[in-house]
Amino acid sequence: MLAALFSVLAAAANWVSPTVDYHALAPEIIVACGIVLVLLLDLFTSENNKWMLGPVTSFTLLGAFIPVLTLALSDAGTRSLFDDRYVVDNFSLTMKGLFVLAGYLVVLLSSDYLREGDFYEGEYWVLMLSSLLGMVMMASSRDLVSIFVSLEFLSIPAYMMAAWRKRDLRSNEAGVKYFLLGVFASALMLYGMSLLYGISNSTLLTDIGTYVSGDMSAIRAVAVLFVVVGFAFKISAVPFHTWAPDTYEGAPTPVTAFLSVASKAAGFVALLTVVYVGFPNASEVWQPVFWILAALTMTVGNVMALRQTNIVRMLAFSSISQGGFILMPLAIAGEGDSAGAALRAVVTYLLVYAATNLGVFAVVIAVARKTRSGSISSYGGLFSYAPGLAVIMTIFMASLAGIPPLGGWIGKFGSFQALVSAGTTWGYALAVIGAVNTVIAFGYYGNMMREMWMRPVPDGDTTPVVIPSALMVALGLTTFATLLLGILPGLVLHFGDLANLAGAFGG
Amino acid sequence: MEVLSDNNWALSVGTFLPLLGVLVMLFIPKAQETATKAVALITAVATLGVGIFTLTQFNFDQAGKMQFVAQTNWISVLKSTYFVGIDGISLPLYLLSMVITVLVMIYSWNHVPEPGNTKAFFALMLILQTGMAGTFIARDLILFFVFFELVLLPMYFMIGVWGGEHRQYASLKFFLYTMFGSALMLVAFLALFFKTGAESFSIPFLIENGAGISRNAQIWIFGGMFVGFAVKVPMFPFHTWLPDAHTQAPTQGSVILAAVLLKLGTYGFVRIAIPILPVAAKEWAPWIGLLAVIGIIYGALGCLAQTDMKRLIAFSSVAHMGFVMLGISTLTSFGMNAAVFGMVAHGLITGMLFFIAGSVKERYHTLEISRLSGMLKQMPRMGWIMGFCVMASLGLPGLAGFWGEFPAILSAYQPAAGLSEVTFRIFMVIAAVGTVLAAGYLLWLFQRTAFGEPTAEFSGDSHDDHGSGIHDVNVFEWMAWAPLLAAILVLGVYPNLLFKIIDPAVQGVLSAFGG
Repeated sequence: MLAALFSVLAAAANWVSPTVDYHALAPEIIVACGIVLVLLLDLFTSENNKWMLGPVTSFTLLGAFIPVLTLALSDAGTRSLFDDRYVVDNFSLTMKGLFVLAGYLVVLLSSDYLREGDFYEGEYWVLMLSSLLGMVMMASSRDLVSIFVSLEFLSIPAYMMAAWRKRDLRSNEAGVKYFLLGVFASALMLYGMSLLYGISNSTLLTDIGTYVSGDMSAIRAVAVLFVVVGFAFKISAVPFHTWAPDTYEGAPTPVTAFLSVASKAAGFVALLTVVYVGFPNASEVWQPVFWILAALTMTVGNVMALRQTNIVRMLAFSSISQGGFILMPLAIAGEGDSAGAALRAVVTYLLVYAATNLGVFAVVIAVARKTRSGSISSYGGLFSYAPGLAVIMTIFMASLAGIPPLGGWIGKFGSFQALVSAGTTWGYALAVIGAVNTVIAFGYYGNMMREMWMRPVPDGDTTPVVIPSALMVALGLTTFATLLLGILPGLVLHFGDLANLAGAFGG
Repeated sequence: MEVLSDNNWALSVGTFLPLLGVLVMLFIPKAQETATKAVALITAVATLGVGIFTLTQFNFDQAGKMQFVAQTNWISVLKSTYFVGIDGISLPLYLLSMVITVLVMIYSWNHVPEPGNTKAFFALMLILQTGMAGTFIARDLILFFVFFELVLLPMYFMIGVWGGEHRQYASLKFFLYTMFGSALMLVAFLALFFKTGAESFSIPFLIENGAGISRNAQIWIFGGMFVGFAVKVPMFPFHTWLPDAHTQAPTQGSVILAAVLLKLGTYGFVRIAIPILPVAAKEWAPWIGLLAVIGIIYGALGCLAQTDMKRLIAFSSVAHMGFVMLGISTLTSFGMNAAVFGMVAHGLITGMLFFIAGSVKERYHTLEISRLSGMLKQMPRMGWIMGFCVMASLGLPGLAGFWGEFPAILSAYQPAAGLSEVTFRIFMVIAAVGTVLAAGYLLWLFQRTAFGEPTAEFSGDSHDDHGSGIHDVNVFEWMAWAPLLAAILVLGVYPNLLFKIIDPAVQGVLSAFGG
């Protein structure tokens, strides 16, 4: 049928159909089929059978992971499609794997939450899969148009998901705020992109890379700046972070997990692609920007997180501050040979952060089932009645704080290593700022540990926490990943060796 | 590096065995406290067994060489390997950590502090043991750092959960100070890595190549490490976490902290900072010496002002670690020997003093010196054990404390070539004054608590055999303390036992200075 469609199109516009590498597109195709399947099932099943939609979604995602694996293991190397506008290389495969698996974990987090909260289920899964499809596409996009389409594809469903608790004012606020600021950011970015197109007469990033170089005229600098700032909204870098705390707090908790991990990672992927492929020769423009963004994001995120009393709000600021740490290496990515080290650091950090942060939200969801409260003090005495959860949460908190031998440590270590490897004063200075922030961050991560271990149970209610099996699986997987990544980091650092992305512009 | 022994599994087993014990403990129901304690103690004893096996297989004629060396790939992307080995400096500390863990566990058998939860308490001690032992055998900076940090969380929880009234404040302070130090230390390690060509984190490699780094860079890198290690020691002015942590920690935590954790800092200086960066070490030495003697005097004055026995012992730790650091700062073999001996001696003696403080607190429910009196009348054995430890702590010849303190002072008379003799001789005089003050505050402590008549509020409590009131040393205490007391005496009478294995290793450390 597809072939027939193509032939019609070709005849109509004298257009030659490109050869399509279906293996390379298999993850996207599977997710797209999953969207259709869930949509149809939702339409034609009775209310009693809606439970099957969650499993179908998760199998779709696990199914999409299979071609990611086969592609990674195949010897074909980098696969370029559509005039190099859509590239499947090690970098994109690593990120696709991250998105698909993170999506699977979010399904595990969501299923009981949705059923018990009496939310729309089918629509939720469709939107989530759509958003994930956008992210998976983002990982391969090497063209301004496909990047922008992917970005909107992943964002618009997320705006709706943020407002999923539709009778709750806060959730509505979350959705609207996220939407307005998201659209504002898209507009900024589009403006920058239009300038880029004007400069280079091409939307292909590699072409842009050859034009945005050498003498940086004001227009080029402005173009680069606007695109970077647009993505800075997406990754909630300070001072473009204001939407994040309100959105995270108001959205349903599984959606918050999704936003703070998958959506954020997608922002970073786009940023990396644009910077490494599009602006490799404009480092004098974006390096200082990233330096300031990273320093501000870490510091402001940390300081604000210290003052929070609501766990999700605290995690929102923690996630902002983690974003600052992830940004750090980009501040030196243009120095000498540091590009590879910086890329590896960012990718590794994203992987580790995804595992740990999803785990944190799994614990938050599990505990909230009993306490029905979002305040940090409701974690008081958790260790006395749910020692397993408390120990797991302690592992996650320690991992986010960067204490070895847990996953978060290897992420932080990679960032510091990349910074110091540049050997510049700016690099060292940012490393020291990062080091100080690591200590500040322990203030709130440690506070969580203190609540769980050292404080009394607030209302004396020590009935054990009942954890549904899906959540249990999510907790098990994330804990395992966090520990494994810390003790044997070689497993993921290998994925971070991504010469291809940097090699896309010939050095 | 040549492998001197085929038993290179011994160190890894000795380090990670406790974690296996923790894993087993996870499957024991919380209610079965005796089983939990038994598994923990058996694990600790088995670990000590592996340690003693290491000791018997150790080639004492080659104490200066790394033995039981094992090296295998770990994080090859980061150029870091799993690399362990042990020599004459590591061996005593490695064994000390194992012995202390076993003794603390024996002591804890019926002394689990409030709020109970035996399982978690014993599990944390085992995790601590892995971190401590691992730090002393690591031959790779990243591995060292991982172990160095591994002890933080267990100790944080030990103070924060089982500690005294202000435990949360104290535990957080402990954690933030140490973490701040480690963060800067990590940056310094990374700078070192890149300045030596980004080839390896292995310590022998860095020792070989570190001397080639430019003088300025060395000074900066040393500065980063200095903060990391000095916080742990702790040196003045980074010491303020220590009195709080010690005072609030449960007895077991105080003992482990004093006996082993503080040594991680001094060990770092001896093993990493000084041999890798000899030029910077010379530049920094007078400043380290200065801070060391300030620590000695400040600690002593602090002791004189304390009204709480445990806080007093904590401040005395600051002073004693000052002597260790003074010995290190001379950069002479004499001073280093004294310093390493001082680490072990301080571990034994101060560990013992904290045990006593814990037992006194358990009996009198207070450690306020003004309320304690006449211990010798109420519990003579406890009183005399305390007297013995006080004497050892003030450096009485014939007991272990003397051999750490006296040579450290002497070594300052003739510091390494290139260091100002005048400066160090002034330090020597100040340190000597410190010993007088030490005798003063320790004897005064002993006099106020042990001599005289029991105060009215406690005089009626004696002769209660059921363990609730004031009673003399019990069986568990004897079992936990006897080995320490014996070691203090044996090392005091025959210090060569330790010096002869330390000295060759110290020569190795100082070879960077040409002898």
